[in-house]
This record gives sequence, structure tokens and C-alpha cells, in this order.
Amino acid sequence: MSEILLKVSNLVKTYPGLHPVQALRGVSFEVSKGEIFGLLGPNGAGKTTTVGIATTRVIPTSGDITVDSVDVIKNPQEAKMLMGVVTQFNTLDRSLNVKENLYFHCKYFGYSSKMAKQRSDELLELFQLTDKSKAKPIALSGGLAQRVQLARAIAHYPKILFLDEPTAGLDPQSRLALWQVVKILKSQGVTIILTTHYMEEADSLCDRLAIVDHGKILQLDTPQNLKSSLGATTFLDLKFVDNVEDKISKIETIDEVTEVEKLTDRYRVFVTDPKSITLVIEAAVSMGLKDLSIIEPTLETVFIKLTGRELRD
Amino acid sequence: MTDKVIPGLEEKGDNPVDSVSFIYDSETSDAVKIFAALRDKGTNYEVSSLKTFVGLISRDLRVLTKNIGEVISRTAMQPFLFVFVFAYLFPKIGQGFSGTSLKTISFATILVPGLVGVAATMSGVMAVGLPLAIDLGVTKEIEDRAMAPVPVWMVGAEKIIFGAIQGLISALIVFPLVILVPSTPVQVHVSNWLILIVVIFLACMISGSLGLTLGSLVRPEKIGLMFSLLVLPLTMLGCIYYPWASLSSVRWLQILVLLNPMVYVSEGLRQALTPQLPHMPTWGFLTALFAIAIFLTLFGLKLFVRRVQT
Repeated sequence: MSEILLKVSNLVKTYPGLHPVQALRGVSFEVSKGEIFGLLGPNGAGKTTTVGIATTRVIPTSGDITVDSVDVIKNPQEAKMLMGVVTQFNTLDRSLNVKENLYFHCKYFGYSSKMAKQRSDELLELFQLTDKSKAKPIALSGGLAQRVQLARAIAHYPKILFLDEPTAGLDPQSRLALWQVVKILKSQGVTIILTTHYMEEADSLCDRLAIVDHGKILQLDTPQNLKSSLGATTFLDLKFVDNVEDKISKIETIDEVTEVEKLTDRYRVFVTDPKSITLVIEAAVSMGLKDLSIIEPTLETVFIKLTGRELRD
Repeated sequence: MTDKVIPGLEEKGDNPVDSVSFIYDSETSDAVKIFAALRDKGTNYEVSSLKTFVGLISRDLRVLTKNIGEVISRTAMQPFLFVFVFAYLFPKIGQGFSGTSLKTISFATILVPGLVGVAATMSGVMAVGLPLAIDLGVTKEIEDRAMAPVPVWMVGAEKIIFGAIQGLISALIVFPLVILVPSTPVQVHVSNWLILIVVIFLACMISGSLGLTLGSLVRPEKIGLMFSLLVLPLTMLGCIYYPWASLSSVRWLQILVLLNPMVYVSEGLRQALTPQLPHMPTWGFLTALFAIAIFLTLFGLKLFVRRVQT
């Protein structure tokens, strides 16, 4: 069994107020050293609250959380030394330029002036920011600002890196560049917790991921296993001219069809063998088919299966 | 203050980092090498709360020195214009104020402790309160400092100390102005250095903690309101332009202004710089200043922590 770096047990968070908000209703998971662990879910699912608690900025109502065996709630000071954080917002210090942002971050972590200067020069070069070293944070594009934030987050050699929606609002090119950095960091043994509502991001980066909704983990596995958990290799989405409720059994009885799910305006047919697609289509045509689409299983289909609604709601 | 070695960094030897580009050639072995260096670079250093605190202060001082021109004009403009109009121009053009009981003492003399005091006390609101309100309410720039390896209250405490430093700087900027600009004689002599130092110290602490309190309390969109409803009354009714004793003819006001921290700063400095003017008893202003400084410090820290940690 590999070393557990992050351990979350029964995390509950209720934000008090006139209408209390139950953001987390008992979240538990473990992340091993060197893993990229994803929290995938729509806005308001509880991803940011989970990361907030892990990074000492949110106090949980109940539950435990440890980073590298350090109790985050009881010993936040020590825990903070082990972690770096990047959020979707540009939280760079606007009164300082890019290099000073890195320099003072190092100072906050106890570096001498000489070491802080050396380290920030090193990071500027590493992240190809040397020509931007004197730039003000507000003058940076979204992608560049995220790159600076990432450089700042790893400046003190954290063991675990929290990326909270790091690519939200970035252009595709910057997003790919950021993914590359994340992959390199992983290859160097940095453990990464990534929250996202982009399926492709979760799919291509994460070793394991938890699908979160309404403050609960619905399912937790590797992206591959999550997708195959649907028990189908292909889906057909069928729309009909008329109501076919009484006739749909015609499709359900086809051998390779494992399930037919009624969605708001269409039927989703789960097929285990692509060869049987033609059988389904033939049956559908006889029932008055209006529209047809064939989909490969994605995390989005997993999410819809689990929650009955789309991820971007 | 705990001393801690960053885990995993203490054993390795020195390992110089080569410059390599990686963002667009992530698969090259050089990229892997540089990140390995990044992770294992043998840097032996210790983190302590004190070092972090010094880092936080040096960040604020860097911002201060970067904007020094701005800071000086912001601090000096209001008191300069005030003494220029009321203590230089008015006597010259024969227009002025007359105090019944204080005929022998110039208005310029009355202004010295008041203007120095208000500059010291209110600079915290400007230097700490305003940026903090925007920081907490809009830009969230404080996040990186909140993630520094110290308890969150220490990040707030740093703001108080910085506000106090700024308060002292403001007092030092304003003092020569109020002595040199007036056209009428200014009679200032330090009667008691100890009281002067204690009062200035407390005024500066109140400055920082008031800045922290207001910065944590006021939403950025309400800053304008804060100035009209709080800063202005504190200043106008802070015994800056008149000694507290002379309010005896408006007794209700004399009692009401005792709620205003500015009054004790002005009166304390009046005692220390212009003892010939009537002033409050020493025990009176010292007790009040101590109590206000302690209260605002604790209250400000509590509010700040609550804003940063939800």
C-alpha cells in the first residue's frame, strides 16, 4: 500500500446564517503520494469547500483531515508548510510585480533575502517568465497569471498541491500548457488535488477521481473504471416523433441492450456490443425515429447516470 | 514561536538548477531534470513565525517605499492646507478665530498637537484599512499571506504593526509642517518626553488596529460612507482644533466627545507638546488610550480572522 498523503474523514460543513447552507454532508477519501486526485462536480457541489478545509481557510463543522499525518484543523501552521494552492481567481499581489510576488512568497516561508532572490529567479526561468518579471499582475493574461500563481504555489517545495478550478476561464492553449506543467509536477512525485467541472480535464489528468454533488461523493474510482461502470461501450440517444412509452420494450428486449433510460426529451439506450447498434436503429425507425446520436461513454454520461442531470447545470 | 525544518529538504546536498524551457517541450529529459532539482534541491533553512512575520512586514515596507511620493503627498496635503489657510493666510488677511480664554496663545499653537495626532491616528485607516477592505472584499490578494505558515491572527497583527509604523511616519511628516508654515508664533516645548513617547506609541497602535478593524468590517462599496460617517466626525469632534477643556461651555458635547478615541490622542499630545494649554489630566487620557488600543487590537484581530477563515 502506498503512502497516504491526504486523508479526509467524514467532513461536514454547514455555513451558518438565516438559511444555513449544508455544503458538505460527510465526505471521506484518501489520496496516495504522487497521485493526481480529482474532485469533479458542478458549481456548488462542495469541491471548493473541501479544498478550503484542506487548506485551513474553512473550518469544518465536523470531521477530520490530515496532510502527511499532520492534523490540518489542530495544527494549521505546520500543515500550511506542506501545501501550495492555486485557485481560479487571480490572487497575485497587485502592489508587487511578478518577481516580487515570488520573492515575498519565499520570504513568508522563511527564506533569507539571498535565497528568496535566487529561488524567484529560478522559478521565473523555469516557468518562462523572465521577460515578465517586472510586469504587474493586472497586466497579465489569464494563462500567464495562472502560470505565475503555479510558480508561486510550488516555490516553497510543497508536498501537496491544491488546484481549485485552475483552468476556469482559460483559453484552450493556456489550458493545455497548464496540464503539461501539472503532468510534470506529478512525474516528480508532487501529489495534486484538482477540482474541476471540465470532464476532459478530469479524464486526461486524474489518476482517480471523486464525482461530487450536493456535498457528497457519489462515486470514486479511476476515470476508466467510472466509464466502464456504466456497463456499456456505446450509447444511443433516440428521439421519437410520438410518445413511444408503450413500444419501448421492443428495444429493451434486444440482447445486447443493457438498459434504456428515459431522459427529459429522449431515450438513452446502453449497448454492450457495437454490432447491435443496427438492431436498435431498425427497431427505432419502425417506432417513428426523429433524431439519433451515438455517443462513447464519457465522464459526463457517468455524471448524468448518477445524478440524472447534466454537469453544467 | 516554533522552529521547523521544511520536511524533505534537509538531507540533500546542493544541486544547481539548469535553465531549461519546459512549457512547450514537456517530454524532454531536461524538463524532468529541472523539476527533480526543484523537488530535491538541498536547501537547508528553517521556518519560524518570526521570519514569516518579518517577511510580511518587509512586503508592506516595499510597497510603502515604492509609493513613497504618494504616501507623503497623501499625508501632508490635508494638514499643510489646513495650517496654510488657518494659521498662515487668516492672520495675514486679518480674518481669524478668537478664543475668549486663550487670547495669549495663537491658534497655530493649538493646532500642533491636534494635527500631529490626527495624522498619526488616521493614517492607519488610509494605509491599512482601505487596501484591506478591497483585498478582503474584492481581490482576495490576502490569500497568499493567509497561507503563510503562521496563525492567521499573526497576519492581522502584522497589519497593526505596519499601520503603527505608517502612523509614526505621518506624525514625523506633519510635525515640521505645523511648526514652520504658520505666520503667527508657535510655542512648542516638550514638557515630558516619557508622556510624549507613550502617547505617540499608543496613537500609532490605535492607528494600526483601527485600520485593521475598519478594513475587516467595511465592505469595499461602503468606503465612501465610512469616511462621511466615521472618519470625518472622529476628526472634526476629536479636539483637534480646540482643547477639550474649552468645550465646557457646550457641556453635552464635552461629555459626548469622550466616546471619541481621537480626543485622548489630541489631549495627550497637548499635554506633552503644549503644556501651557488646558488639557485633560494625565491619568485620564492614558487610561483611555491604553483601553482603546487593547480593545481595538483584540477586536480587529478577531474580525480579521473571521473574515479570512470561514
